[in-house]
Parts: sequence; C-alpha cells; structure tokens
Amino acid sequence: MKKEFYNIAKLIDKNSKVLDVGCGNGDLMKYINENITNNIRGIEISKDNVQKCIEKGLTVIEGNAENDLKQFPELSFDYVILSQTLQAFLDPENVINELLRIGKKAIVTIPNFGYWKVRIHLLFKGTMPVTENLPNDWYNTPNLHMCSIKDFVNFCNKRKIKINISNLNYQNLFSELGIFIIEK
Amino acid sequence: MSKFKDIKKIIVEKPLKLDCGQTINNYPLAYETYGKLNGDRSNAIMIFHALTGDQFASGINPITKKDGWWNYALGPGKAIDTDKYFVIAANVIGGCMGSFGPSDINPDTKKPYGTNFPVITINDMVNAQYNLLDYFKIEKLLSVIGGSMGGMQVLQFVANFPNKSYTALPIACTSSHSAQNIALNELGRQSIMADHNWSNGFYEENKKLPDKGLAVARMAAHITYLSKKGLQEKFGRKLQERDDLKFGFDADFQIESYLRYQGSVFVDRFDANSYLYITRAMDYFDLTKQFNGNLSKAFEKSDTRFFIISFTSDWLYPTIENREIVIALNAVGKDVGFVEIKSDKGHDSFLLDVPDFLNAVKNFLNTSYNKVK
Repeated sequence: MKKEFYNIAKLIDKNSKVLDVGCGNGDLMKYINENITNNIRGIEISKDNVQKCIEKGLTVIEGNAENDLKQFPELSFDYVILSQTLQAFLDPENVINELLRIGKKAIVTIPNFGYWKVRIHLLFKGTMPVTENLPNDWYNTPNLHMCSIKDFVNFCNKRKIKINISNLNYQNLFSELGIFIIEK
Repeated sequence: MSKFKDIKKIIVEKPLKLDCGQTINNYPLAYETYGKLNGDRSNAIMIFHALTGDQFASGINPITKKDGWWNYALGPGKAIDTDKYFVIAANVIGGCMGSFGPSDINPDTKKPYGTNFPVITINDMVNAQYNLLDYFKIEKLLSVIGGSMGGMQVLQFVANFPNKSYTALPIACTSSHSAQNIALNELGRQSIMADHNWSNGFYEENKKLPDKGLAVARMAAHITYLSKKGLQEKFGRKLQERDDLKFGFDADFQIESYLRYQGSVFVDRFDANSYLYITRAMDYFDLTKQFNGNLSKAFEKSDTRFFIISFTSDWLYPTIENREIVIALNAVGKDVGFVEIKSDKGHDSFLLDVPDFLNAVKNFLNTSYNKVK
C-alpha cells in the first residue's frame, strides 16, 4: 500500500460518508472501505479504472469530475478526496469550489512542484522535471496545472479557504506530496 | 391456451386496479425460476424481461424450443449465477407467453380479447409481478434486474416498493420514453395495423394472422437494437448468395436477407396484439411525470443500492438517459454506481456476450450478496 493512502485514510473519521473524486483503480477506496468506512464511493473517468473498481466490489460512478460533481447536493459528504488529480483538471479552481460545496471537508493531495528534486532537475538539467511522482514528459503529461505546496496554500488563503493542517507535515522543499484538509 | 398448459403460472386472485381505470382479478401470471431459494430466503433475484422477452430467460424455451433470451448472463456460474441465486422471471401482463394477455379468452364473449384487452402500463406489469414475492414468501429481494423495458420495470419496482430489494440493476433503459422511442414504436404498431389480417385486433377469429405487419415491425425495431458500426462491420454491402446485383427487389444484400429472416422467425413466437400493448406500455412510461416532474422523488424513500449500466453504441436508450437516473439518485444522496460499457453491439449489448458488462453484473451481485449475508 502506498504511504499516501495511509496518510489520507488516517484523516478520515470512522463511518463517515466519503466521495473519492478521480478514484483511479480504486486502491485508495478499497483501503478506506476496509479500514475506515464502507460508506464510500468514487467517481472516475477511465473505463478501465471503472472496471477495476467494480472488480474490487466498490461503488463507482463513471464520469468526469469537471462536470459531474454538480449533481451532488450541498454538503452531501463528510469528506471528499481529491488525490493527485487537481493538476489535471482544465479548471482546478472550479473543482475546488465544487469539492467544498459538496463536502464538509475536502482532502486534497498534490504532487509538489516545489520539491527539492524537482527544483534541482529544472535548475541543473534545464528541462521539465521528470520524477517518480511526475513520470511524464512535458508533451504527454496529463498535468495541466502544476503547483507547489506554497502555491496551493496561497491559493487557499486568497479565497479564505480554511486549511486544517493538524495532520499535515507540509514543507515546500522537502515533501514530494502535499496533503491538505480544507474546508469553507 | 393449451400450448401453455405445462408452464408454471399463478392465478392472481387479488384485484389489480390498472392505470387505465379497469380492475382485473383472477388473472394468470406465468413465471419460471432458476436456482434454489436458500434457507433464509435471502438470495432471490427478480428479473424483468424486455419488449419481446418472456419468463424463459435461460436454458431452452419449452414453447419456442429456442435458447433463452438471457443465456449469456443467466445460468450456473454465469453473471447471474443460478448456483448461488434464486431467480424469478415472469411474463409481463399483456404478453403472450402464458400471462394475462390480449390472446386470452374473454369470459364475457368467449372469444379472445383482442383490442378489447385493457391498455396496460409498466406500473401495472410491476404490480402484477409483485404477487410472486408473496407467492414465494420473500420478504426482501437481493436484487431486481432488467434491461431495456426490463430496466424500466426495475425503476418502477423501486418506486412502488422502496424497501423490497437490497439492490437494483437497471440496464440500458430510461426513466421516460423519448419522442424518438415513441416514434419508433408507432412505426411498428402502424405496420401491424396496416396488415389487412389484423382486422382491428380480432384476427384470431379469422384464423389469419397479421404476420407481414408484425414481421415488418420487428425488422424496423431490430435495426434500432444494433449500431451503425456493428451493422457495417457485420454486413457492409455484402451480397446474399449472388455475385452481383440483380436489378430487382429480392434480397440482394445480406442485411436485407438478415432482416427478413429476423421478421419471419419473430412471427412464430410473438403475438401482434401483445406487440401493440407492450409498446404502448413503454411509450406511456414516464417515471418523472409520475412524481410530478421530479425523478428523485421516485427514489427518495428507498434504501435500495443502484447500479446502472449503459452502452456506448446504444442509441435507443443512450448513456445520457441512463445518466439522468444516476443524477436523480445522487440528488437525494442514494447509493448509486454507474458504468458505460464500451461495445459496438448497440442496444442489444445487454443480451450478448459482452465480457465487461457480464463481469460488472457478476461483481456487483457478488458484493451485494456478501453485504446482505
């Protein structure tokens, strides 16, 4: 299991109602389903991944988070998870707004573009960083809106989005991943 | 009718008030079951058939001697695993496989009802079939499953009986028949009515059946069950047992021959008046209207977990219409999964060997069963 899953799962209260936006192959949902709460469902755009979720016995809605979050009523989930997909949306700001509308809390993780390895890569190689977390080249990456932990914090502050950092160990230079709990 | 004397049926004594205003009672409801009901009666699934289906979903249909219509999905070890689940399938009222329908004898006239049969609705069909739960003493079904018109019955079932099934699997269906759906059904009905033998629906007295009209209705409908791509790949412009065009109106093309064949075999197993009545029931189906324009209200009281499936190439009940049901369920916080299966086989995909579809059904039922146990 990825360490990230463990870190996300421990932020979630037992038996709460959870939506995993862009749930991928369902690995995270499965972990949460087995350990934290079975009141969890996902939304996923890739047909292959939807099938993998169904194989795992998970509830999944095939759809595009960019458009399909609006069908959920306000505050209909205790937690909405967005794990490493924010940067792939056309309109991340809108997605964040939607997460905060439908979820009492949103758990957002981002690949940190301020991570030291990323900085070193750009500084010394002079090419777009390729790391374990960011394995694609600039021309085939699904990531449209890369940001650093600092960028995301600034983004939230500007919009008066509350960042609950109690469980977070966020450091712009030394973390490959930023994990945030945000609420309106 | 005598050809149905060996099939299973119950006589429903309880009066059923139909949507058209008439009340029926003591009517036959033909059914078939697959698998065994377990000790605590927790493994029962009710499946609903589509327009031209019947209760013989699996194995060999004893009347037509043809394969059951859902042999790919239903049977031992299959997606709806009859080694594990007890499956009940009924013939809808209005149908022609032993349930109360227009070819039954009207006790008042001693002749077949014909078009004096009351117009029935999806709601009426579901209410009639509900009697089988009492008959088998099933408190709560594991699932209600159906494709196409069967899916409409699934939606209606949950709306009528919100806590009588743990899960629901509506497949390739809609909550409200579209103008295009109604138009295509009307085409079929007019084709039957244009056949001289139809005789305003009283053909059984004349012993001459409106086979030609029914065959054309089936041909037209059959096209709507396939996709353009599927047709092109299977038939293209291939010629039928000839090297060149014959400059006439015989079936030059394989697709023509195929459709003619589909029409001709259909009339052997289906009743023209049933075709009229059942297509009418589909056209009248508008669950949104039943709940005053708010589809979510149909599901508000229910605790049923939904899993909705559509197919990429289905243009009869396209993904967008299936998605509307998902949206209505989400709007009231219900537990719903949804998948659009990639398939070139059109609306018929749910009847065919489409592994992603069959696996999805199997996995969903497995999970459901484990949760209920």
